[in-house]
Amino acid sequence: MANIRWKLITIVLVLIVFGGVGVYPIAASRYHLPSPRWLQDMQLKLGLDLKGGVHLVMRVETDDALRLETDQESERLREELTKRTVTFTNLTTPSVTQFRVEGVPPAQDAAFRQAANEVQANYDRSPGANGTYTFTLKPNIALQLRDEAVVQARETIERRINELGVTEPSISQQGTDQLLVQLPGVTDVDKAKAIMGSPGLLELKIVEQGPASTKESLLVGGQVPSGMEIVPGSSGTPGDTANTSYYLVRRVAAVTGRDLRNARSSLDENNQPAVSFTLNNEGGRKFGNVTGDNVGRQLAIILDGRVQSAPRIDSRISTDGRITGSFTNEEVQNLSLILRSGALPAKLDYLQERTIGPSLGADSIRSGVMASLVGLLLIVGFMLIYYHLSGVNAVIALLFNLVILVGLMAYIGAVMTLPGIAGFVLTMGIGVDSNVLIFERIKEELEAGHGVRASLNAGFGRVFWTLVDTHVAALISAGFLFNFGTGPIRGFAVTLALGLASNLFTSIFVSKTLFELELSSRRQGAALSI
Amino acid sequence: MHIFKDTTFNFLRWRWHALVLSWVVILAGIFVLVTKGIPKGVEFAGGTVVITEFDRPTSVQQVRTALDRNFPGGGSTVIVQAYGDPALKSVMVRVPTSGAETGQSLSKTKDDVVSALQKGNVGAFKVSGTEIVGPTVGAELTSKAFWATVLSLVGILAYLAFRFQFSFGVGAVVATAHDLLITLAFLAFFRYDMSLNVIAAILTMTGFSTNDTIVIFDRIRENLRSMRRDSMYDVINVSVNQTLGRTVITSGTALLTALALFFFGGEVLHGFAFTMVVGIITGTYSSVFIAAATVSFWRGSAPARAAAHAPGAIAASPQAPTPQQPTRKNKAQRKARAS
Repeated sequence: MANIRWKLITIVLVLIVFGGVGVYPIAASRYHLPSPRWLQDMQLKLGLDLKGGVHLVMRVETDDALRLETDQESERLREELTKRTVTFTNLTTPSVTQFRVEGVPPAQDAAFRQAANEVQANYDRSPGANGTYTFTLKPNIALQLRDEAVVQARETIERRINELGVTEPSISQQGTDQLLVQLPGVTDVDKAKAIMGSPGLLELKIVEQGPASTKESLLVGGQVPSGMEIVPGSSGTPGDTANTSYYLVRRVAAVTGRDLRNARSSLDENNQPAVSFTLNNEGGRKFGNVTGDNVGRQLAIILDGRVQSAPRIDSRISTDGRITGSFTNEEVQNLSLILRSGALPAKLDYLQERTIGPSLGADSIRSGVMASLVGLLLIVGFMLIYYHLSGVNAVIALLFNLVILVGLMAYIGAVMTLPGIAGFVLTMGIGVDSNVLIFERIKEELEAGHGVRASLNAGFGRVFWTLVDTHVAALISAGFLFNFGTGPIRGFAVTLALGLASNLFTSIFVSKTLFELELSSRRQGAALSI
Repeated sequence: MHIFKDTTFNFLRWRWHALVLSWVVILAGIFVLVTKGIPKGVEFAGGTVVITEFDRPTSVQQVRTALDRNFPGGGSTVIVQAYGDPALKSVMVRVPTSGAETGQSLSKTKDDVVSALQKGNVGAFKVSGTEIVGPTVGAELTSKAFWATVLSLVGILAYLAFRFQFSFGVGAVVATAHDLLITLAFLAFFRYDMSLNVIAAILTMTGFSTNDTIVIFDRIRENLRSMRRDSMYDVINVSVNQTLGRTVITSGTALLTALALFFFGGEVLHGFAFTMVVGIITGTYSSVFIAAATVSFWRGSAPARAAAHAPGAIAASPQAPTPQQPTRKNKAQRKARAS
């Protein structure tokens, strides 16, 4: 008797804990019952396909990161060679991982090698004919740069999403260079994409010449002067060359977005929306030096490769600046958000985009709940008709199973998706099978003339390993399903696996305890209703 | 209550019929797949799906006309279908391409569909859902789905080989592979799109179709100990008969819930539920006719040989599950009953 009492206490405790964590918060939020904050936070989360939102898969173009590295290193070599007065005819970057110096005179070979040693750390140098040297990025460094680019892109996007104020966003890496971003409750996919995908690269460069109406008028001897570049202005639409002005600026930026401490929307002197920014200590020192040396010249504020404005430097500026242009209020807000979160290390290429409107999600919940209720009704009806009073036993075990399943999912923070609801419904149909197997065995034992207690024990005992086998086989496929899928399918695999685990507990432990309870309160020799 | 009471069907006698029937279905399925191809959902094929919800009931034909007139390149490659319950007033438009193929932004085709509808005078609507998949995603997903299925089968084989003798593992996997092919055949007959959900259902089915098989195998293993004098052929037949009731009931309850999903689960789960319904039915069939028969093939036990070695066994053993006549039971059969 004491044995049964402890089993009952265990069962009731399990029911209270899982019911409290899983079922109560749902009921509380629906019927406005009191529930503490921590319990509300634990409430079963709905997936994107039920709540509505945006699901994006993007590839990080990691080649961009390699190109940047190669550009920077080739520029460093150019500066180094100029400093040591080593001559060469050409410096090119034939691919994202290579740059090539041509026409180094044999007499200066030793000096060239010395200069090249300065940039050699990450590049392999191979000499060719006529004083040609090819520098190739070391494969392990290239791999590392690619990984860093993905991680950095991920962190940047994370910051931008958080600033957007999306609740419970999820961003994760898939494979080597893909990111999966899920934004529950977001419906304006274009805005989200614009903010996530904007490069957000801010550069402040000293203007050598400009603005000019054509690129050609900025060339010196038909070429862009060494260490300089031509950047288009932001006026006019892209591709509209007639209205675009051009600036010849220094290639090396005085400061970049990396030196920013903060950026916020503000107004310029004409009360037009503008973005004010503050530099950090390091950036402020660099900026102070450059502006101090170049008073009277123009400073180009370049955003994503276009000059937004080029104000004249009146005096030395150290930490504060302002980006002006023809912005709307919203553009200014988005821009300051993007600048605050830092630049993307590489371009993003969208591979997949899914949006689920709230009405579509609500509709899925409705049909999911409907299917669950019909499924439950059918199973309960069948069990009661076929197994009489023992069917009640199985139904109680089944309900326990569902309560534990919901509680477990809420507790571990699993997400309920539409396929997850399907898993929930299937758990009823398949979970009750364990009790069917046990009951059939008990019937068989009873018909063989064994006593009620012996038949019960044999039924539960003999079927135990069969149940373990069937559950493990199903868990194996659920495991591969989890591994294969993302989002909704993962939700399904998790629901299925947790349902299987809790079913093993309810169909054996709960069901057997109920039988024992019944046995203990009845006269000897009465027939079992099965 | 009993569905089946003391049956003595000779299931193994029908194994050849079962084999022919299964092959006919599978070959017909392969024929349909080869001639008409597998219809792929947008996740695998790539392309653009736009689900629009109209303020007033709008026919598929109206949407079609609007797209034929205004969609760039005409609407000939565009599929238009009513989506879900008519009360939702929703229409699904599917285009086999996305903007990515032409080097534009991924969502270009979606924008084209929306603006074609806006120009097309079909009444007020809002876009309630979109799915845009670039061309590279599908290929990756296809190979992942393939390997997940294969590895899942291998995993189950390994587990069963560890828990049972190897021949049982082979039997279970042959039966599961059979279920997989039959389900694919039915998906081909009824032209369901191969979607992520369908793949999930197929993988789930590979796990659950072994359930009935395991129950039968457990009984065979148990009976092998107590029916030492009987041939494998008879042990299998007796075991299948003894477990027939629970095989049908367990599949029946699973089938009830799968049917609930099929009829009430909504548009998104339709393919999933269909796959589960077919998978559960064929899983039951294969447990009875394919799995056990494979074990008997593998063990090479023929009834003639068994009869030569143990005359009377065939006549006696089917009566083994009959507890009402204890006086006629020999000792071995009594043990078979009790365990």
